[in-house]
Amino acid sequence: MTTEAQPLEEFRLELREWLEANCPASMRVVADPSLYGKATEAEKKQWLDAMAGRGFTTPTWPKEHGGGGLEKPELQVLNEELGHVGAYAPMVSFFGTAMLGPVLLEFGNDAQKDEHLRKITNGEINWCQGYSEPGAGSDLASLQTRAVLDGDHYIINGSKIWTTQANVADWIFCLVRTDATGPKHDGISFILFDLKSPGVTISPIQLISGSSEFCQVFFQDVKADAKNLVGPLNGGWTIAKRLLEHERKTLSGGMGGAGMAVPVIKKDKKAGEKKKKAPLVASASLLAESARPYIPGDDKKLGDADLRSKIAQYELDALCFSFSMRRSGEEGKAGKGPGPATSMFKLYSSEMNKRKMELQMSIRGANGLGWEGDGFEPGEISETRGWLRSKGNSIEGGTSEVQLNVIAKRVLGLPD
Amino acid sequence: MALVLSEEQELLKESAVDFLNDKSPVTHLRELRDNDDADGFSRALWKNMAELGWTGIIFPEEHGGADMGYAELGILFEESGRRLSPYPLLSTIVLGGGALMAGGTDEQRNKVLPGVCSGDTLLAMAVQETARFSPYAIETSAAADGAGYKINGKKVFVLDGHVADQLIVVARTSGGANDRDGITLFLVPAEQQGISIARTKMVDSRNAAQISFENVFVSADQVVGTVGAGADVLDNVFDRAAAVLASELVGISNEVFERTLAYLKTREQFGVLIGTFQGLKHRAADMFCEIELSKSIALGALRAIDDADPDATRVVSAAKARTSDTSGLVTREGVQMHGGIGMTDEEELGLFLKRSKAAELSFGDASYHRDRFATLTGF
Repeated sequence: MTTEAQPLEEFRLELREWLEANCPASMRVVADPSLYGKATEAEKKQWLDAMAGRGFTTPTWPKEHGGGGLEKPELQVLNEELGHVGAYAPMVSFFGTAMLGPVLLEFGNDAQKDEHLRKITNGEINWCQGYSEPGAGSDLASLQTRAVLDGDHYIINGSKIWTTQANVADWIFCLVRTDATGPKHDGISFILFDLKSPGVTISPIQLISGSSEFCQVFFQDVKADAKNLVGPLNGGWTIAKRLLEHERKTLSGGMGGAGMAVPVIKKDKKAGEKKKKAPLVASASLLAESARPYIPGDDKKLGDADLRSKIAQYELDALCFSFSMRRSGEEGKAGKGPGPATSMFKLYSSEMNKRKMELQMSIRGANGLGWEGDGFEPGEISETRGWLRSKGNSIEGGTSEVQLNVIAKRVLGLPD
Repeated sequence: MALVLSEEQELLKESAVDFLNDKSPVTHLRELRDNDDADGFSRALWKNMAELGWTGIIFPEEHGGADMGYAELGILFEESGRRLSPYPLLSTIVLGGGALMAGGTDEQRNKVLPGVCSGDTLLAMAVQETARFSPYAIETSAAADGAGYKINGKKVFVLDGHVADQLIVVARTSGGANDRDGITLFLVPAEQQGISIARTKMVDSRNAAQISFENVFVSADQVVGTVGAGADVLDNVFDRAAAVLASELVGISNEVFERTLAYLKTREQFGVLIGTFQGLKHRAADMFCEIELSKSIALGALRAIDDADPDATRVVSAAKARTSDTSGLVTREGVQMHGGIGMTDEEELGLFLKRSKAAELSFGDASYHRDRFATLTGF
């Protein structure tokens, strides 16, 4: 172990010192939540530049493209040391880091990598995802937005919908139809362009939750530089699918809340040395604790037996899910893409989150029915909005039914 | 410890697969059932398993064991589950041997465990008295009598009680019917006077026994663990039993699912393969997810036990609840998707359905463990 552990410990010490020196005090909100919202723009910029400078906004990307070049154990150390200094890594474009970046690394040419990756890592460009269309939801490959070559540009006409945060994004990665004559999967290309281009109109869509994070985006004779077509012409579907795998992987890791933390088991078999072991996962249920004020019971046992059983099933499934995430991580070979099994995680985590939000509604009774204004705790209203928003979990990023189709076909090999 | 198998564990698995495929495929269970075999398994084969080291897997080398862990034992349960191999791993190794490891004296271990490891001694635990599993519902009494105790009472569902050489008898030395305190375990030869054993044939073609104790005298040195604190040993052993049953249920789920999937890809109706129907595809995909989660938590439970994780008990309950529900689902759906053929005795699916139910209901079903999980989580 010492040969591997030694450089890792050196990395940790160096990192700890560096973070201490470079993380502005006002950014240490994990350590002190009262600092939330207190940082100045200059301090945010200082933190972003410092972290981006070392590639830590995309720690596992290669160094030449602005990443940190870290392996998994080093990434773990980085996360632990961020926890130690009490700060989050600065936010840069989620669509850039989690979706576009990985496929550009895999499918992009050198010029495209040079042009776009570093602007993701340093937070310069915010990306959005031009996939769904009014007539192409689950049947994504039937998309109709056209791109026609005109000299060194493509001229784009059509519309995208459910484009998350298009109203605050700078650029879009977009699936476009470049051939309408053959099978629908074979005439799609993957292209990047600037949303400030003439002919782009963006209008936010109000959801049942009251929020407007999705937009419809219209393109009228928008000019996109042909050099920003990624991969082969009419070969975009392969890239599109790979990007969806990255998306699912990210979605399944980021939802579900309580109990979703990936457990870390430390095995210590040194004879004679008995360390007190930390439990596998936090052993309290946030859901059950949040239920206590609403469902009084004897002692510690929740008073509503049926609801208690449902909360138990939820927490139990969350635990199983976290073990599955961990097992999948251990099984995954380095450099291998996420694969179709990500459909399982996407499916399960979105269904679990819906289940959790339904339980929250049951727990809070009439206090969960508040929409705005006085008479309710702010947390109660946001939970209610969250319940409504959660209905989209099993629709966005491929519906649960589409995930089941993917599993049936690509994992189980069931016939068409 | 990792949730993926080590190289050593992979080798153990391969050897288990080869051996069980050869010696104890599902047809082996059917033969034993159809011949109304008195033991319910082959003693010669059990000796072979001992020679492979299976019977000693969790025991220290000083007692003839291999000094491995429950992660390794779980592999044998999973592969046994896939083939419905009806061998007394649970009764002799986990319950009987496990009780001696958790509470036995060196003398008791030296006396019994070498025989267990060599495949010559069979053990059973006489604990359950109620229809549904309830760990401390013990009314069988052990009343102080001179230098020892006199045991009176009746036990049900004593797994492999019909063949055991030695019994771990769970009795009450003080306290009321459901008290955790006051329970004491005894190591008692099965042929001791006052013990009557009646074999019960179970739905899964395995055997259990109803055992009654009438003024069975045991000496103080037959106590396993501490007088009145037998629940500590039981908790330890029941967790391990639930964890290996979870592995067996994963094995059953995997096997039935694979067979069902193969059927969906070969059976034609309406002129097409039935696997083309979305109504079946989605249910198959659902089962795949349930099985994946079950695998993960079952592996997690075994490793938590081996690592002496403070959260092990809670993870075990999650695993037993989850794998019971999953195996119930997959065996039900397996029969349903096979249609009429799934209802026949000739097709092996029914044998899996039956064993699954027995394993689901042993040492706490999903409801029991869900409730326990909630309690352990603090609500």
